[in-house]
Order: sequence, then C-alpha cells, then structure tokens
Amino acid sequence: MGMITNVTSFGRSGLSDWILQRATAVVMTVYTVFITVYLLTNPDMDYGQWLALNSHISMKVLNVLTVVSIAIHAWIGLWAVLTDYVTVRLLGPKATPLRIFFQLGMITINLVYLIWALDIVWGI
Amino acid sequence: MLKVSVYRYNPETDEAPYMQDYEIDTAGKDLMVLDVLELLKAQDASLSYRRSCREGVCGSDGMNINGKNGLACIKPLSECVKGGKLILRPLPGLPVIRDLVIDMSQFYAQYEKIQPYLVNNEPAPAIERLQSPEEREKLDGLYECILCACCSTACPSFWWNPDKFIGPAGLLQAYRFLVDSRDTDTENRLAKLDDPFSVFRCHGIQNCVAVCPKGLNPTKAIGHIRNMLLRSAT
Repeated sequence: MGMITNVTSFGRSGLSDWILQRATAVVMTVYTVFITVYLLTNPDMDYGQWLALNSHISMKVLNVLTVVSIAIHAWIGLWAVLTDYVTVRLLGPKATPLRIFFQLGMITINLVYLIWALDIVWGI
Repeated sequence: MLKVSVYRYNPETDEAPYMQDYEIDTAGKDLMVLDVLELLKAQDASLSYRRSCREGVCGSDGMNINGKNGLACIKPLSECVKGGKLILRPLPGLPVIRDLVIDMSQFYAQYEKIQPYLVNNEPAPAIERLQSPEEREKLDGLYECILCACCSTACPSFWWNPDKFIGPAGLLQAYRFLVDSRDTDTENRLAKLDDPFSVFRCHGIQNCVAVCPKGLNPTKAIGHIRNMLLRSAT
C-alpha cells in the first residue's frame, strides 16, 4: 500500500498538525484566561480603558497570536471532521467533490476571518 | 431462563439484518457467553459464529456483548447480562458475512501495513540474536495481542477510516517492532507513519483500552510512537 498524503490538511504531516493543534490550544487558553481575569477584575471598565489595553504592543501581539491560532486550530480540526464524515465510504462517490468543496470553503472562510481580524486588532 | 437476543443476517436469504430472541435454561450457572452460544447452536443449527480455543487465546470469538466488545469464551454472564437479557451482535464497523461472523480483511490489511515481522539488515549471528532482559521487558504488554479486533472495532476513528487509520491493534504491533532491539528498520517504520491518518487519527478516547480482553493499552503504545516521531522530526 502506498503512502497516505493529503493536499488539503494544514501541515501535510500528521505530526506537524498534531503539534500545532496543541500549541495553538495553549495560546487560546492563555488568551481566554487572561481576558476572563482582566474583565472580572475590572468590572467598571470604560471604552477608553479597553482601547488602551488593546493598543498596548503586548496585547496587540497576544491578539494577533490568538487570531492566527484560532485559524490554524480550526483548519486542522475541521479538516479532521470533514475527512471523518464526508467520505465515499459513508456517502458514496459524490462525497469526494462535496468534501473538496467543504474543505476549500472552510479554508477560504478561515482566511477571510483571519485577514479581517488582523486588520481590526493590528489597526487599533 | 435467560433471554438472549442475537443479531441474525444471512445475505443469501435475508433482505436486512434482524434481532432474533431465544430463551436459554442456564440451570442457574454463571456460564461464559460462548457456552450460551453453544446451547443456542444446539437449538438452532443455522446460527453462525467463530470460535476455536474457548479460552481467550485464539481471538476467534470477538463480538459485541450487551454493547461492549469482548471475547465470548472468557466473558461470564455475571459480567455482562443486564436486566436478565444478553444481547449479542457482531463486532461493529466491519462487513458482516453472516450472523456474528465478520469480514476482517480491512483489519488484517492494516496489520500487514506495519510490517509485523523483524527486519534486520545486519549479518545473521551464528546462533541467534540476543536480547538483554531489559530489552526483552520492553515487549511486555505488546506481544500478548491476539488480534481479536475487539479494540479496532470499538474505535470510531477506525469505523470512519478503516482504509487509512491503522487502528489500535495495528499500532500496538507497530510499536512492538519499533521498540524491539533486534529490529534495525526503525527509521523506515517511522517514516511510513507520519501522515495525517495512520497514527494521528487516534484522538485518545481509549475505547481500545476499555475493551481489550487481554488488558493491553494501545493508547499508551500510540503515545510512544508519537514520542518517537517527535524525537526524530524536531
């Protein structure tokens, strides 16, 4: 049997996808914990303070890292879901064009959100 | 009387599979599930299932017993019967040939892929390749697998991609040869596993560990394979 490859997976390698899925999860956890704690400890925050926080270079870096992490994490995760359920084995021959459509669609939407979000968080 | 519900399907005569109910007198004994099947077979000779050693060594009678995969020959009724009822189905995910007999071709194809034999390119010694007790110890918990397929057919990743994901049984054996001090093909073996499916479809849900009738831990072996890949690729 030949080697299994895949042209729509994020890193084209199982190990690369696996390690990125974990690394991006850590970044998202750091962001979530930080934002939660910040909001809880600043109950009467106004727009000015929120703007100041997100204008700080450290916060800008964390925002960008988080947005990029979400995009990569979603790509890897949704790719796995699509290759589990949208398969010839489960849906017949029409599954292949359908899967490619959903994979490319998922990647496109991911990139649109990524560019849009980068424009917002870096433009502050 | 024990109520037994058995999955029946004969593709030559049945349009679809169905469950058939039987009643069996166990005479109050805590029989093994296989004993019940033997009693059923005496009652209804058309019932098909695989069996051989009847002591948990050959791996022939893996089946789904009250919702959990196991070997019928070493599963006592007291451990599986719920509400006075025994429900027997074939191992899930693989094609049914007849009744409780499944086609294991895909399972064996995955096993074949991992090259389940020693590869050694060094000249053969005069007598035999020796291992230290410590090196031999590394094979414990791996070599005991009897290929009954209870684990792989309990794994959703194997259900969805039985042609691409090697599955817990095959991966346990992959590690058994990766870790064997007498095997010199480690790099090649690892290179064949680093795609998004063969190993990495394992999401660690440990159904394999929960059902293994030999008490083995494929998830742990898969973790070791991943660490070996990480070591060689980072």
